[in-house]
Amino acid sequence: MAKVGTPEELARVDYTPPKKGWMDTPAVFQEGRWCYGSKPKDHEVVGLPNPRAWSPGDEDWKLPDNWQEIFLEGMRERLDKFRSFRLFMDICVRCGACADKCHFFVGSGDPKNMPVLRAELLRSIYRGEFTAAGKILGRLAGGRKLTYDVFKELFYYFFQCTECRRCSLFCPYGIDTAEVTIIGRELLNLLVCNIDWITGPVANCYRMGNHLGIQPHAYHSMLEFFCEEIEEITGILPEPSFNRKGAEILFITPSGDVFADPGTFTAMGYLMLYHYLEGMGLDITWSTYASEGGNFGFFTSHEMMKRLNAKMYAEAKRLGVKWILGGECGHMWRVCNQYMDTMNGPADFLELPKSPITGTVFENAKSTKMVHIIEFTADLIKHGKLNLDPSRNDQYRVTFHDSCNTARGMGFFDEPRYVIQNICNEFYDMPINTIREQTFCCGSGSGLNTDEFMDMRMRGAFPRANALQYVHEKHDVNAMACICAIDRATLTTLCEYWVPDVEVTGIHELIGNALILEGEKKRTMNLRGEEFPWVEEEDEEEAEETAEAAGE
Amino acid sequence: MGVWFSFFAVIALVVIPLAGANGAGQYLFGIVIPYLAVLTFIIGFIYRVVQWAKTPVPFKIPTTGGQMKSLPWIKASPLDNPSNNSGVIARMALEVLAFRSLFRNTRVELREGPKIDYGSNKWLWVAALAFHYAFLVVFIRHFRLFMEPVPFFVAALESVDGFMEVGLPRLMMSGVVLLLAVTYLFLRRVAVPQLRYISLPSDYFPLFLIIGLAASGILMRYFIRVDITSVKELIVGLVSFSPTIPKGIGVIFFVHLFLLSVLIAYFPFSKLMHAGGVFLSPTRNLPNDNRANRHINPWNYPVKVHTYEEYEDDFREKMKEVGLPVEKE
Repeated sequence: MAKVGTPEELARVDYTPPKKGWMDTPAVFQEGRWCYGSKPKDHEVVGLPNPRAWSPGDEDWKLPDNWQEIFLEGMRERLDKFRSFRLFMDICVRCGACADKCHFFVGSGDPKNMPVLRAELLRSIYRGEFTAAGKILGRLAGGRKLTYDVFKELFYYFFQCTECRRCSLFCPYGIDTAEVTIIGRELLNLLVCNIDWITGPVANCYRMGNHLGIQPHAYHSMLEFFCEEIEEITGILPEPSFNRKGAEILFITPSGDVFADPGTFTAMGYLMLYHYLEGMGLDITWSTYASEGGNFGFFTSHEMMKRLNAKMYAEAKRLGVKWILGGECGHMWRVCNQYMDTMNGPADFLELPKSPITGTVFENAKSTKMVHIIEFTADLIKHGKLNLDPSRNDQYRVTFHDSCNTARGMGFFDEPRYVIQNICNEFYDMPINTIREQTFCCGSGSGLNTDEFMDMRMRGAFPRANALQYVHEKHDVNAMACICAIDRATLTTLCEYWVPDVEVTGIHELIGNALILEGEKKRTMNLRGEEFPWVEEEDEEEAEETAEAAGE
Repeated sequence: MGVWFSFFAVIALVVIPLAGANGAGQYLFGIVIPYLAVLTFIIGFIYRVVQWAKTPVPFKIPTTGGQMKSLPWIKASPLDNPSNNSGVIARMALEVLAFRSLFRNTRVELREGPKIDYGSNKWLWVAALAFHYAFLVVFIRHFRLFMEPVPFFVAALESVDGFMEVGLPRLMMSGVVLLLAVTYLFLRRVAVPQLRYISLPSDYFPLFLIIGLAASGILMRYFIRVDITSVKELIVGLVSFSPTIPKGIGVIFFVHLFLLSVLIAYFPFSKLMHAGGVFLSPTRNLPNDNRANRHINPWNYPVKVHTYEEYEDDFREKMKEVGLPVEKE
């Protein structure tokens, strides 16, 4: 792991820009601020060009001789294919409203992390290579040529953007840096300058069905293991089904929830919920082929996003289900909400989603036929279908982190809060400028959740952590709930570094704690296998009572 | 560097008509250049908008700034997260007429602790609104120069604009507001280090140009009077396509007209095109109804995927071992 300073050191941010202009300041690849380069074996799995061993730290990136031509041709093609891209290259007035909205700028002070300047890195090439004024006047028209150094600078800064869209909320023209970064990365990808942490998962997902490369038998065993854990805690053994044809609903969730804590506790929550509902008519299956909700293809190119996403509908069709239920995940839901149907639809072989328990018809998903698990659960709670004991979450004083993608790519704010308030007694939102549509990124989204990037991750995490610190101090908040698998992993690191006494949970982990299963044994521990803090007291009380009774 | 380059460029643009707009030169500055400028503006503006409009919108990617429409008992936020076209129209109207996104603006302040504060920061919004609306009022007031009789709304606007009733001729607030706002926009660009860092010559140039335009207009109205009847004659000639150059118009008028000509000719090639572009921004002008209504990508194309059959071929034995169903035994 890259060496990271102490929180006190990191929090001393200098916002003074350098004296020299930004075009004269080439990017210096600082340790902890760039990710390892993509590996040739992964390029081969998905058929990306130019497989080679390289490192962004090297002088020579082993680009093909005509790399400029490939890049500029790719740029021309995308200017003609995406109105967003052409418009965002043309209309920025550099008013600076976006400048301090980026978590990476707030945490690093690096002026090229101001969204406006990140986009200018590419805009200057657009002006210099594609517009008459830029070709003739060069710098006076804000244009510059695509040189090797400029290319490296693009790589450095497009992999210092988590595509969270916070800047686009504040832009008077809606210019979305995520869109610029997405296309910028797509251009870098034409020369296969991607990062290992993205191409690795992409290759895994393509061949094995999920980012983490969990093979079908292992996926099956991991979930069985969770079921055994659930049995130990509740005395009830859920029996999920896999790849089952004829089920009514296909459930797809990020593989991160199957792989690592604390996501695994959320996976246990799903299993418990489905077990609970089975008796009430739920007919649901998991899939090992479509075992990934997330989509690192989204961080590679539009085409790769489509290639990986195709599995969802393909598997739904093969199994003959009626509709799809999607787990807690951030960028997965940006893709499922804003891209999936357009890319891989129409899903005319599926039916209008209808909750088999409440009869609620999800009209808002009538085309994609895909429902968010939090919507599904919120509806269950609203109809009083869940037997819940919120006091079993009393060890937690909870806040909620809105994930960037569900926030600004969907507008999913009140459903998660409604669910939390029904399963937890203590809930406190963070300050208004840091939640809902103004939420801050965890600092590690869009495929940047890797260890070698830790310095930048913790800087990017600073605004989120600082808001968390506030409710931690003011309301003793000790748990941050979220609905994103990447968040569950990255916020844990964020908390360890910035706010050590706070734990990160998924909402369905909290559901699992509160849900009273029929015939369950008296619960003494939460899904993490930690004894409830009040159990010991109760034991003592009981012991005292027994002693008293004996004394009489 | 950018600021000085733009400054001297505009100074040069003032000097050119001062030197050239006399005698026959007045035909150039009073007739030829204005016509060319308007022509450039119209063709350029249409060309740019058509170029944007014909570029496809492959995905529906609104930036959602409020609660989406989902379950019936959850209160949706139709202005910030529209679910249909009327919501989009309302969102766009607020964006275009009231600069709603800019109104959200905050300023980050890092304090001891460390503690990050998000202060309200509405000055840019205030100045931007003041600037654009003052410009609009000034523009409409100029209708009196070529419309006979003067339309009622122009007269009404003037009476509001001049409500202070100071000076002779009456002081029009719009001109003053315009000059103040544009000066503020310039000063913040040079005074805020981050803004100075991102600013290009093409950010300063239109500001100086507009400062020059407003200043020459104000000079002409209040200080260096020109013969307004002759000016009107010239303008009416221009708009009725029978141009004439009446005698005795002061050179300051030609400076004003030349700066305007440069501004409108420069418009289509510059960031000023945000005026047209804002209407086409895909993060604002689309409803967030993707899950209910399928958006079509005109260039969607088939891609290579890894099929279930290929997957099962890779893992069949392992799948059978744990009892996962398979298609082929």
